This record gives sequence, structure tokens and C-alpha cells, in this order.
Amino acid sequence: MHARNTLDIAFLSIHMKIVVNGEQREAVEPLTVAQLLETLHLRSEQVAVEINLKILDRGDFPNWNLHDGDKVEILSFIGGGSPI
Amino acid sequence: MNQDPLIIAGRTFHSRLWVGTGKYQTFEETRKAIEASGADVVTVAVRRVNITDNKSENLLDYLDPKKYTILPNTAGCYTVEDAVRYSRLARAAGVSELVKLEVIGDERTLFPDTAGLIEAAKILIAEGFVVLPYTNDDPIVAKKLVDIGCPAVMPLAAPIGSGLGIRNPYNLKIIMETVNVPVIVDAGVGTASDAALAMEYGADAVLMNTAIAGAKDPLMMATAMRYAVDAGRLAYKAGRIPRKLYATASSPIEGML
Repeated sequence: MHARNTLDIAFLSIHMKIVVNGEQREAVEPLTVAQLLETLHLRSEQVAVEINLKILDRGDFPNWNLHDGDKVEILSFIGGGSPI
Repeated sequence: MNQDPLIIAGRTFHSRLWVGTGKYQTFEETRKAIEASGADVVTVAVRRVNITDNKSENLLDYLDPKKYTILPNTAGCYTVEDAVRYSRLARAAGVSELVKLEVIGDERTLFPDTAGLIEAAKILIAEGFVVLPYTNDDPIVAKKLVDIGCPAVMPLAAPIGSGLGIRNPYNLKIIMETVNVPVIVDAGVGTASDAALAMEYGADAVLMNTAIAGAKDPLMMATAMRYAVDAGRLAYKAGRIPRKLYATASSPIEGML
């Protein structure tokens, strides 16, 4: 029984490649946007997330699964004013 | 100055000095300078977060959104498409529909591309954004921006970060007489007298960043700007005396020996 479970988990662990802010990253499916933010120590209320040029609603972060090849952009407010 | 609030699109602001948050050495310095300025509107830019440094702090940890209206800008956008994309990202990153819309036309001057600005503003207004456009000191463009639904206009005093002061006071005055929405003089202020002058001309507010952040003592300059904007506003409302070529004695002649 135990052995079979291990096998199942191994079978389900699908590795995917995603691009986050221009950097190639490997991740294990399933991975939601909220989980990705957590691993990056980012607070969802402080960022905007765009996946393959589509901007997500913050409320969708916990349910939005990332897929192989996704291009993820995570943005936040930084210092700026007149002068940038 | 709470008896004299600035109202834009139903939002009430108590300070007529708006400040940017760029170019400071640390977030702590940013926070202190903004506090000293008395501003309640602060502009921010939208950029990729640093995903390699877990310990990097967020500007919003230093600016309480309950205390300040966060006004995201589209600085660095040279096309309508980019400006619209960044505006949408800003809305997703923040909590409001406010955007300081910039469509920059040229790297050297950072002057606005006003054709692109009007086009981007139209798109964003249709999507429910409250668009505050960074524009040239051009009364016709200002009028067009108001006609399409901008609740304020933000003409420049001089190129961004130049510190040249008000290059074209007459055009700014014409803009103030032409449009029936608040005029916020944005960019190019160098020192306190520039800010006071803009307010004396009748500007509803002044937005600056470099003049404070780039000063030798940003906190002291923030305080100076706060006084300058208040003084200029009061002088504008008080009504200055007309200019005359010859003297008028202040002391009475009567009673002289």
C-alpha cells in the first residue's frame, strides 16, 4: 500500500518550466499563483500578476493553476514620481 | 489648510503638494520626507518585483494606504499600448482606479507624446479609470483631455527632473483659464519659489519629486515646499496688488511738519 502511494505521488509530480519575471524556473504541478507568491515571500495584496499577458484578479490567485510554458510577470509599486 | 480642500473626481485631498517617491536613498528617508511635505497624494511607479532577494522590502510597507492616496504612474511608457498595460497592472496591484497617465515622447526631454496621451486616456476612461494626465503646457491639449473625461490635468512646468522652474507661465495661466477642472503643475520645479509661483498663478496643486529627493537635505526641502505651496495658495486667494510703475506712499502725508 505504502509503496503504491509513493508511486502515485511520483507519477503525479509533473515538472514544468515557467518563466517568472524573465527568469526560467522549474516547478512541480499543480502550483497555483497564490502558492508561487508564497514561495517567493510576496504578499498577494501588494502585487499584480500577469500570465501570458492576461492580468489576473487578486481573487483568482488561490485557484489559478500555472502550466508548463507560462510566462508570469509579478509587479509591484516602487518609488517613482516625476523623475523616472 | 483643511478649509480649502482639493476635490478631484469626488475625492477630497487636504494637501495641495503632491509628491513622488523616487530617487530616495532608503524607504525610511522616503517615508520621512513625505511626512515632512504634508502630502496626502504620493505617486509610485509599477515595476517587476525582485524575485531573487527574499528580504527585499516593499514600498507599501512604508506608506500607509489609509493615510496616503497612492497614485500609480505609467512613467517609462513610450507607447499607448505600454501605458494602457501598465495602467491596468497598476489597478490590479493597488486598490483604486486612479492613474497618473504618462506617454513619453522622447528620452532626452521626457516631454509627453500628447497624441498618444489622448489616445491612451480615451481607452482607459472607457475602462473606468480616473485618468490624471501628465501633459505639455499646451492649452489646446489640456482642453481636449478634459473634453474626453479627465477630471484634472497635470501640465509640466519644465522637463522632468530639470529644476528649471516654470518655463511658460503664460501658457499655464491660459490652461487654468481654459479648463474647468483642477490644474496640477507637474514636473520641473527646482526650489520653493517655483512652487509658490505656480500656486500664485492659480494652480490647484503642485506635484514634485526630484526637487525634494535630490536636495542636499530632502527633509528640510520637503518642509520648505510645504510652506511654499501653502504660501502661494494663500497669496493667490488673498489677491495680489496690481503692478504699478511708480511709487505709492504707504505712510500718510498728513500730520507731517
